[in-house]
Amino acid sequence: MVTVVLPTVGTFTAWRKAARELAQANVPPQSVLWSRGEDTVDLFADTPLVTGSARQISVPKGFLELAQRAIWHADPERFARLYGVLWALQSNPVLMRDRTHPMIARLYMMAKEVNRDQHKMKAFVRFREIDTTTTDTAASPRRRFAAWFEPSHFTLEPGAQFFANRFGDMDWAIFTPDLSAHFTQGRLRFEPGAARPELPADATEDLWRTYFRSIFNPARVKVRAMQSEMPKKYWKNLPEADLIPDMLAKAQERANAMVASAPSLPPVRAQKLRDRVRATYPLRPGSKIQDRTQDDLFE
Amino acid sequence: MAVKNLEQKLAILSDAAKYDASCASSGGQKRNSRDGTGIGSVTGSGICHAYTPDGRCISLLKILMTNFCIYDCAYCVNRVSSNVERARFTPEEVVSLTLEFYRRNYIEGLFLSSGIIRSPDDTMGDMVRIAQMLRHDHGFRGYIHLKTIPDADPTLVEQAGRFADRLSINVELPTDAGVTAYAPEKSPQQIRRSMADVRNLRDAGKDKSHTGRRAPRFAPAGQSTQMIVGADGANDAVILQSSTRLYSNFKLRRVYYSAFSPIPDSSVALPLIRPPLMREHRLYQADWLMRFYGFDAHEITQSARGGNLDLEIDPKLAWALQNRHIFPVDVNRASREILLRVPGFGTRSVQRILATRKHHALRYGDLQKIGANLKNARPFIVTLDWSPRGLTDDADLRARFAPAPQQLSLF
Ligand code: SF4
Repeated sequence: MVTVVLPTVGTFTAWRKAARELAQANVPPQSVLWSRGEDTVDLFADTPLVTGSARQISVPKGFLELAQRAIWHADPERFARLYGVLWALQSNPVLMRDRTHPMIARLYMMAKEVNRDQHKMKAFVRFREIDTTTTDTAASPRRRFAAWFEPSHFTLEPGAQFFANRFGDMDWAIFTPDLSAHFTQGRLRFEPGAARPELPADATEDLWRTYFRSIFNPARVKVRAMQSEMPKKYWKNLPEADLIPDMLAKAQERANAMVASAPSLPPVRAQKLRDRVRATYPLRPGSKIQDRTQDDLFE
Repeated sequence: MAVKNLEQKLAILSDAAKYDASCASSGGQKRNSRDGTGIGSVTGSGICHAYTPDGRCISLLKILMTNFCIYDCAYCVNRVSSNVERARFTPEEVVSLTLEFYRRNYIEGLFLSSGIIRSPDDTMGDMVRIAQMLRHDHGFRGYIHLKTIPDADPTLVEQAGRFADRLSINVELPTDAGVTAYAPEKSPQQIRRSMADVRNLRDAGKDKSHTGRRAPRFAPAGQSTQMIVGADGANDAVILQSSTRLYSNFKLRRVYYSAFSPIPDSSVALPLIRPPLMREHRLYQADWLMRFYGFDAHEITQSARGGNLDLEIDPKLAWALQNRHIFPVDVNRASREILLRVPGFGTRSVQRILATRKHHALRYGDLQKIGANLKNARPFIVTLDWSPRGLTDDADLRARFAPAPQQLSLF
């Protein structure tokens, strides 16, 4: 039995190296125990994982790409599943094309869940500004932000690049229970996970909540559509989510009120303005403007 | 009038902007700020950062520069004759809100429109200035969508397209008669002329000039428009024909359909209705069929009652039920075009069917794994181990899909 402990950062690269060596040495899937954790064996050391006759290993197009997604899945068997497919591909390379095969279908499903989780992380991470009082702006003119997020899979490592590309001129950190990412002076590094940090209040969050409340149209409630895209498990870390129950409770009433209230008289300035518009932009041929202030409002 | 603070202005000017359905931030030129000299990125596929309880995605900060307006469009909360509370952002306020929201990862960028103040050129000029400040003064590389003012000077529209990823001009109502009746200051011809201008500028941006240099990119994410559904009498056939013309004449990226929704302080000219949300949904489905499934507007609506889509079942299923002579189709033989017509098969399922077919013949269970919606597809397909037999021509087939009629309540 071979035991492989993969590191918490650089997991994919390490898995790939280990899997290649194991397959070269003809070690079957049932003889490998995979895990991920701190006390890492040095996979980049020269001492090979196993010794044995080296055979040539190749994989069909698409496998690496898929493995690179599926590996971040929370499934404890993920490394073994990937190795299992790699092993099977050696004798049956066309297997990769059969999406309906259980082993392949499983990897696709895992990759899909990882993609979704990563997508939601891009969407729902909410930064707060920290250290706004730092006077040392000469040394570091970069503003600093931090966020806490709880992904369902190990998505911070593959997802961090997106934030580095997007928030290039600021320093930021994203903390998750498993791992944290830090972007400082343009350099990205990973640190161990953390408990939820206390982040200072951020006044812009109140503006965001105002926006969230105001952009909602109470005449078009579609709760299911909202929840399928923004599942409740994310709500606790979204500053706007606690507004939702109240928005829903009042929606019907607000919509009814709009319909019930009779059209009002236009303000006096309206007539003057309209006259001016129509004087400046003379009636275009074919448009028949009827003056609505002359409509019988008392009928 | 008391001076309004930023929060009050934001409340008024986002409330006024919510009737625009679009919040898309997809497309656009890929770019990022990894070099640290600016802020923002565009990845090509937009991100929805939040969803409001109306099921709509929040991708952009969607606001009006001002809701003062000198026009009098009957369907619009901002029309001059409405008593709604008014506010106006300074350009600096819009810039700062956009950047501060962006830095906290609330949004992909800005969707800016405006009521028409003083004149169309003044209004458009301010909007261009906001986009320019974002791009030049702050190195903003996020998404910008500007709603252009149809009567504005074309040179302003040209400048707008240099800074914005997307431009849009709303046609507002599906027919010219509707626009004339309910948006009396607007001219359908002028709206079309502006769309044609944007199209031409985009085309020119793609050509290389004789010196071999590329013209600067113009609105790389294209242009879109919106039609209000249910305010005038236009039926779905008219609406979809109108969309078809818009797509082909102006190469629009999207036509949005917005169910006419109650507004505070409505106009006598246009009584309020319950927003026809299901109708809006069916129109989006039909629009999708026209753009990605090879259907044309006529096919979709040819047998629609009163020219309106069936509200109970989706338009693809409705079409299949009326064209049963081409079904069932053999999943292992049918062409891509035919597979795309099978209810329950999406473009992605069809892609996967074609790929798997090269490998082995498909069974019913394979379709499940591929992710096809078999509840809809069953009566219309044949696989190695499945045949619908008489089901395809069953007179009650529609009833299997349509929801049960609402029970009458005793009175
Ligand atoms: S021009 Fe018409 S649609 Fe636009 S804000 Fe003014 S009233 Fe509303």
